[in-house]
Amino acid sequence: MDLNYTTEQEAFRKEVRQFLQENLPDDIRERVQKHLRFTKDVTVRWQQTLYKQGWGASTWPKEFGGTGWTEVEQLIFEDECALAGAPRQLDFGLRMVAPVIMKFGSREQKDQHLPGILDGSVWWSQGYSEPGSGSDLASLRTTAGRDGDYYIVNGQKTWTTLGQHGDWIFCLVRTNKDVKAQEGISFLLVDMKTPGVDVKPIIMLDGEHEINDVFFENVKVPVENCVGEEDKGWTYAKYLLGHERTGLANVGQWKAMMRRLKEIAREEQDDGQAIIENARFRDRLAQLDAELRALELTVLRVLTNVTAPGPEASVLKIRGTEIGQRLFELTMEATGQNVMAHIPDALEPGYDGPTVGGMNAMPAAGDYFNMRKLSIFGGSNEIQRNIISKLVLGL
Amino acid sequence: MNFELTEEQQILQDSLRRFLANEYTFKKRSEIIESGKGSDESIWNALAEMGLLAFTFPEEYDGLGGNGIDTMLVMESFGRALVTEPYLATVVLAGGLVRDAGSDAQKQAILPAIASGQKRMALAAYEHGARYNLSNVKTEAKSEGSNYVLNGSKTAVIHGGQANQLIISARTGGDARSESGITLFLLDADINGVVIRDFATHDGFRTAEVTLKDVKVGADAIIGEVDNGFPALEKAVDQSIAALCAEAVGAIDAMNETTLEYTQTRKQFGVPISKFQVLQHRMADMFIHAQQSRSMAILAADYANSDNREARREAISQAKLLIGQGAREVGQAGVQLHGGMGVTDEMWAAHIFKRLTLINLMFGDADYHLGKASDALLAKTA
Repeated sequence: MDLNYTTEQEAFRKEVRQFLQENLPDDIRERVQKHLRFTKDVTVRWQQTLYKQGWGASTWPKEFGGTGWTEVEQLIFEDECALAGAPRQLDFGLRMVAPVIMKFGSREQKDQHLPGILDGSVWWSQGYSEPGSGSDLASLRTTAGRDGDYYIVNGQKTWTTLGQHGDWIFCLVRTNKDVKAQEGISFLLVDMKTPGVDVKPIIMLDGEHEINDVFFENVKVPVENCVGEEDKGWTYAKYLLGHERTGLANVGQWKAMMRRLKEIAREEQDDGQAIIENARFRDRLAQLDAELRALELTVLRVLTNVTAPGPEASVLKIRGTEIGQRLFELTMEATGQNVMAHIPDALEPGYDGPTVGGMNAMPAAGDYFNMRKLSIFGGSNEIQRNIISKLVLGL
Repeated sequence: MNFELTEEQQILQDSLRRFLANEYTFKKRSEIIESGKGSDESIWNALAEMGLLAFTFPEEYDGLGGNGIDTMLVMESFGRALVTEPYLATVVLAGGLVRDAGSDAQKQAILPAIASGQKRMALAAYEHGARYNLSNVKTEAKSEGSNYVLNGSKTAVIHGGQANQLIISARTGGDARSESGITLFLLDADINGVVIRDFATHDGFRTAEVTLKDVKVGADAIIGEVDNGFPALEKAVDQSIAALCAEAVGAIDAMNETTLEYTQTRKQFGVPISKFQVLQHRMADMFIHAQQSRSMAILAADYANSDNREARREAISQAKLLIGQGAREVGQAGVQLHGGMGVTDEMWAAHIFKRLTLINLMFGDADYHLGKASDALLAKTA
């Protein structure tokens, strides 16, 4: 047992850090570190920068243009990116649809789709949830009926994050109604410019447009856009769940946020002294700090363990999201009543209008509200507990 | 970065667990506890034969040169079986102190004797009113020529009644609560003026109150330097906290396993109660605590021997904090899921619960270590 990184891993960390110092644009760093409003341009520019370095896909094997890094190297990369203030890469293409295409897709699908994901030129969205199908995803009702060389897709997808920018969307659709729910589902790639696809915003509780409904009305999708075999889509979706063991723990981002929270707790005043001097507040910060350290170690234990993913992935999702939510909550509480003022314009870079109590408070409440989603998406934390009990209890 | 055990560690862990499963049964354990002796000759000798009593001692003193991870493996196995032998007191606390701070002559006299199973020891460091503060020492050692005369009293002396020798922290200088001015003394348990009152603990271990009245010892009884015993004392206690964290992880796993088994056996409303989602989620949370606790026990073991005081203290406090909380949660949940049976003496879960509860209270409870971690955080961000 050895909790130290190897010399090679430390050298790798240094290389990543140096690259970030030299290549992460200041305006992007500022936007990320100050929690300002997200834009498509930020994500695309950063993806292109990484692509030019050969680091566009840290989780992909080399044969598809990925880095071929080990899981520990991927974690180091994510850590350094987050601590440097780099934006998150878009998961939908890189970490969700790409692994499915690589594993189950045709030669043509790989050639058509993987390069655009890698260089950031194609924006992917996810079409899983439906208004009536959340945790019970297999009950989905969006249909894809065959008409010659086409599927005709009808239905509605929802919670489509950043779907307003989407070029393509990967969907789970029902291709067979006569079999068990899980057995009649196919994994379909849909060009969002196809007539009949309609994206409508859902305004979230922070007042921001991040999520969408996507409507499909007689959308013609070529049959060759079905990944793998028809009616086997549920298997592919499940493969994806097992593929990501530690991504949802989000340790790098939480470490960056913990660092920022400690700075904020030094800056924000509490009756003439910094709020960090207030033991009642600081104890909660220390509690969270310890929990984050435990999370990071648990991630490393899972990553370096060769056994197949078990209930650990669910443990990491639960703990990662709980810790993340606490971080946003404490950040809000550190800024106190200053967060009451809702000034949407203050989330734009270069804003020089009035604030209440400075910039720390401006994104804090909205972020806190928004981040309640963490314990809901990606399989709610209650569903994760079902998974743990199923895998541990063997029920 | 790897979390694998070496082949030797794996073999050791397997054989220790097999031994405990065969020899340290619920019945045997109850008999040992009932005997009131606090240690069983056959078990203790078997541990000696396995080399465990000298595991972390240097080879020149009949040891095996093991590290904090080795201690973790032993203690985790003890935790699974709720072993009540004076291992922590003798080997980790007192033995560790002698190993790290003793003179060559002291090591020669003590470590091989511990290794062979002949000598049991205890550390008397805590005092009434001081709670968990090791530097709040009112016990006095006054120099008298070349000798010292000790007066005072000590509490929470784990396995003090089973010890042949005690290590006592006493004040030779400084203020009542200062870290400087503390000296460590080694004395025979049966020396004139030492009174040891031995008590059973709720969880089957033994504890003692020790009073010292005009106890005379020579300068050769001093471990380490005069007035500067605190760093070694603190480090030995940190190593013991790491060991206790590992023990807790073993006990937590045992609680989770026995609870899982019980809920799959116990039927109500015509089905095993493990079918109920409310219970399943509670067990999922117990599993999460087990994972988190294990990560922190590894962290504590990794830092236990570190001479970087700040980093060690922070890691140890963070570990004890989360494991203390985890021990409480898992202990309470385990009993709850056993229903009425959980509060009876015949159930394994009840015994695990009692041990987990007391582990949280030993060497600083969760609140105490949260305070320590919190102060460390303030110092680091200053």
